[in-house]
Amino acid sequence: MRVSRRIKPMYARIFGFAALAACLAVPVSAAVALSDAAGSYTISPANSSIRFSVGKAGGGGLDGAFARFKGSIRIDSSDVGRSRVDLTIFPESVGTGQSRIDAFLRSDAVFDAANSPEIQFRSTSVKRTGDTSALVTGRLTARGKTFPEKFTAELGGLKAGTIKFRVTGKVLRSRYGMDVGTPIYSNIVNFDMTLTGKRG
Amino acid sequence: MSMSITNTPTRYGWAAIILHWLIGALFIGQFGLGFVMVRLTSQRTAFELIQLHKSLGFLLLGLVILRIAWRIGNAAPALPRSVGPFERRTAPLAHFALYGFQLALPLSGWALVSVSMLEIPSMPFNLFVMPNLPLAESDAAENFWAAAHWYLAYAGIALVILHALAALRHHFWLKDTVLERIIMPSSDRGAE
Repeated sequence: MRVSRRIKPMYARIFGFAALAACLAVPVSAAVALSDAAGSYTISPANSSIRFSVGKAGGGGLDGAFARFKGSIRIDSSDVGRSRVDLTIFPESVGTGQSRIDAFLRSDAVFDAANSPEIQFRSTSVKRTGDTSALVTGRLTARGKTFPEKFTAELGGLKAGTIKFRVTGKVLRSRYGMDVGTPIYSNIVNFDMTLTGKRG
Repeated sequence: MSMSITNTPTRYGWAAIILHWLIGALFIGQFGLGFVMVRLTSQRTAFELIQLHKSLGFLLLGLVILRIAWRIGNAAPALPRSVGPFERRTAPLAHFALYGFQLALPLSGWALVSVSMLEIPSMPFNLFVMPNLPLAESDAAENFWAAAHWYLAYAGIALVILHALAALRHHFWLKDTVLERIIMPSSDRGAE
């Protein structure tokens, strides 16, 4: 305000355009980042983690992680909405720090890893929700049952052919025939994943 | 048998009779459930039966506390004259031991789930969260209480069998009222 009062009207108008251009530049630069990010990535398990937590009655929760999984991320250069995420988790690799709980989770009480060795997620739509965030909708298949699920992806980093996302979401386990232990253990499984993709 | 809820010097009342059979059925049922639940191949069924065992155990503990309070406030009837001097001395000991097992079994089970590294909350009949006993969790403590619960269960059920055989001996051999009076309060006859 003080600046515009001191300078002449014509300069003020130029300054206004410059300010508008500066505002426009934010999404423009993000779009540039997207085109930089565009491409196909293979998820690198060594630099990724898939952790989960199930709340317990009376407080606390059961925390675990899957050690083995594979997947890919494809970011469309012209339309983020056409990007795709595929993820396959091997439930045999579940780990909670308690071998008895791991054995229980692998058994037919929960994952039935012997008969259903893979949990699959195939994205069906990716909707951008911010400069660095997106809502990923897809079909989750576990124990032969498929339901639509939503995950939030937040871009955590992009450099030298490596892209990193933090992906979070909630899944109702009862849908997949894994409702054992409710209501002592919550029906809601909170996923917290760090997925690092390497280009190629 | 009208309004015979409390005990008299010669017979048991309904409260003592109902608590006796309810706790007896629960105690024997818990033994059978415990025996089966650790031998199942289905982990899901095992988990669910273990939670049921815990629920019934807390119910049993509540009933036993009620029963002991009732027993303290409501003296048991005297033994019939037909009971010999040996049983006069040993029966009260056996009954005292039975009360001990009724308390020790649910308490040792509660201790077991409290110290278990599995940290599975206790939620009797999915109604509320029963807090754990203030005991430190460890594998060693879990093994100790699991063994204690196991030995107590087998010793307790052995005593229940002895108790039942003694009752049957009274009924079919000595033909006295010892068994009848814990079935119906009206069985006053011959009580002396």
